[in-house]
Amino acid sequence: MSKRTVDLELATPGLDAQGRPARIPLTVAGGEVERQHEPTLDGEHMLMNIGPQHPATHGVLRLVVELDGETVVRVIPHLGYLHSGFEKLGEYRHYNQIIPLTDRTDYLSPMANNVGFALAAEALMGIEITPRCKVLRLIACEMSRIISHMVWLGTTSIDLGAFTPFLWAFQERERIYNLQEMWTGARLTTSVTRVGGMMADIPDQFVDGLRRFTETYPKTLHEIDRVLTRNAVWVGRTQGVGVMTADEAINYALSGPMLRASGVPYDVRKDRPYLDYETYDFDVPVGEHGDVYDRYLVRLEECHQSNRILMQALDRLPDGPVNVSDPRVILPAKSRAMNDMEAMIYHFKQVMEGVKAPVGEAYAGIENPKGELGNYLVSDGTAKPVRWRIRPPSFINLAALPKMAEGHLLSDLIAINASVDIVMGEVDR
Amino acid sequence: MTFFLISSIIKIIVVFTVIMVGVALLTLAERRICAWMQDRLGPNRVGPQGLFQPAADGLKNLLKEETLPAQADKVLFLLAPAMSFVPALLTFAVIPFATPLPTRWGDVDMVVANLPVGFLYILAFGSLGVYGIVLAGWSSNNKYSLLGGLRASAQMISYEIAMGMSTVAVLLLAGNVTLTDVIAKQSQSLFTWNVFPLSLAFFIFIVAAFAETNRLPFDLPEAEAELIAGYHTEYSAMKFSMFYIAEYANMVTASALMTTLFFGGWDIPFTQWDNTPPWTILKTVATLAAFTLKVGFFLFLYIWVRWTLPRFRYDQLMALGWKVMLPFALSYLTVIATAIWLLHDQLGWSYGTPFALALFGLNVLLAIPLFFVLDRGHLVSGSVAEEAG
Repeated sequence: MSKRTVDLELATPGLDAQGRPARIPLTVAGGEVERQHEPTLDGEHMLMNIGPQHPATHGVLRLVVELDGETVVRVIPHLGYLHSGFEKLGEYRHYNQIIPLTDRTDYLSPMANNVGFALAAEALMGIEITPRCKVLRLIACEMSRIISHMVWLGTTSIDLGAFTPFLWAFQERERIYNLQEMWTGARLTTSVTRVGGMMADIPDQFVDGLRRFTETYPKTLHEIDRVLTRNAVWVGRTQGVGVMTADEAINYALSGPMLRASGVPYDVRKDRPYLDYETYDFDVPVGEHGDVYDRYLVRLEECHQSNRILMQALDRLPDGPVNVSDPRVILPAKSRAMNDMEAMIYHFKQVMEGVKAPVGEAYAGIENPKGELGNYLVSDGTAKPVRWRIRPPSFINLAALPKMAEGHLLSDLIAINASVDIVMGEVDR
Repeated sequence: MTFFLISSIIKIIVVFTVIMVGVALLTLAERRICAWMQDRLGPNRVGPQGLFQPAADGLKNLLKEETLPAQADKVLFLLAPAMSFVPALLTFAVIPFATPLPTRWGDVDMVVANLPVGFLYILAFGSLGVYGIVLAGWSSNNKYSLLGGLRASAQMISYEIAMGMSTVAVLLLAGNVTLTDVIAKQSQSLFTWNVFPLSLAFFIFIVAAFAETNRLPFDLPEAEAELIAGYHTEYSAMKFSMFYIAEYANMVTASALMTTLFFGGWDIPFTQWDNTPPWTILKTVATLAAFTLKVGFFLFLYIWVRWTLPRFRYDQLMALGWKVMLPFALSYLTVIATAIWLLHDQLGWSYGTPFALALFGLNVLLAIPLFFVLDRGHLVSGSVAEEAG
């Protein structure tokens, strides 16, 4: 089966004949670019547009697919339908005001994004968070990993035609959402962290609720495992599909389950530990073949491991303050701000001026459910970053989609696209 | 003659009504059963236990806007839903669903049309359904629909052959193509139900029937994750409803066929009371209930499988059809024909329980290599696995 590389010029071609800025052709069919490349179509290939509104594009991804029969000859992803300019918006906001923006990037694991940004901001300011805060943030990260993987399992099984595991997975996700709601008041836009601490300590019933979840949740995982893992149709649809070798995966800068499924044992939690991950007992599942099936197995096992980490974290959750005691970073209690002059001044200065960061730059990478989420901050000494850059794992993983899908069938393209686990909020930012 | 005409018209009206109501209830049953499998409630608001939900849905579809794509082939676009809807209902006409009903003017056969060539009629009309789907896919002038239509035609043609082959075995055993005789032959005991002497034919038939009705794991023509809604992407309102009804009517017909060909039709097992005249109303009702139960079981099976399995890929579907089902059905037919010739013509056995059990033993022997092949991953593998080595 011949594979063809993308020979369309997709870079912005500068100015057109009239001197106006030329635009990237969003419509391939009928455009100037297509007319240039018409002979390559042979009159036999079919151009098909998948998305931005399509059941299997996980949001507003648009794929322009050249089909030879049902074989995918070429895939051109078009991005930007959900572009919100988060990074630019961040340059006009205080560090704590950026946290709600991070909710909306990878909206399937909002709490982990909050943690990732807070870690970067704290690295920039040189703040050491309290032990209780570390454990709470770790719980937030692992809860996010479970919901993100549950959504992935569910949507992927739908893309492959099995509807029932989707609802099983979503019921577990609902249970975590209930806990999230209990903690943060929101189910999706949690904004749970603050620079130097958390938005709030966990409520009283939270530990019991989470413990009950960790005890009953593996049952659903086993059910999904029994329905899918050894199912001949599932195996046939996923094994050998969308293979990325270890070298290719590294060259494409993949991260997270995508990378580990290809046999590269890289996990930020183990290799560059943050939040004391090195003190927890958990395994990092690594695949062998780098196909959709291995990605499924890796993610399924990660759910078990996250559960293990959650149980350990609940056991060791220390008492003590959640926030650092530095009044330049953390707002004083409302009662103090209303009664104590000094506290009121701090309150006023923080609300009006924000938390100032020293001149410098900082990067913090965390292992998000979808891969390595990086937050890079540059500060000029004010309370707002000069530049905030996210390393979005979905976006970088998605770049490998044409490489994986070309030469496969249309149905495989859907399966491969599902296996990348993208969230368009993060891809487009 | 007048009696025949009047009774036929009544039967047509009754059967048509029962199927349409059954299809409506089946859509509800599907939603309630899948909800049950998925730990949720399903539609339960309209009427007791949601019983009026299908009526509400039907009303909604009647009132919705009919859309017609500007570039569609209008005649075919309008014709396609009917083409898919009508054969689904027509096929049921030759299926006997109970013992004859005695009336003052004579016995009434409980089958709409007791055709001498009933079986060929089923094969003929069963394969007409594909036209509706292909025409819908082509006339919509939509690439998704086109792919769906193409998939449907390839799939239905492939599985039609295996399906036909598996039923030839039934005809060999029955020695007749009238469905009434097929049932009569099966009703001697429980083990003379064709599912025992011809278990593998039944296996082929049920797989092919799933493929023929475009249900999961063979629902590639409408694979919603890939082709949005496949061949009926561009259809709305009542025209969409027609496809929907056709799918369920096809399920009912396929279930009725499985019942008739392999599970003794309306026969009640463990008794000969229902097979012998004189016919009474009680017998008619009892056999009708038995038939309904069996059909209901297969319908449940359809729903059960649909909400459990993932979907095949197109090349896997074709490989299964042409590389496994067809050769297997052919060789199976040869073996069964030889066995019947040996038992019937050489040894002089007449058809009965020992005859059926002997064939059943043969089936068990044949099943071992079949499932060995099926289970070894020869069928289902990645589309580029060979290249990757």
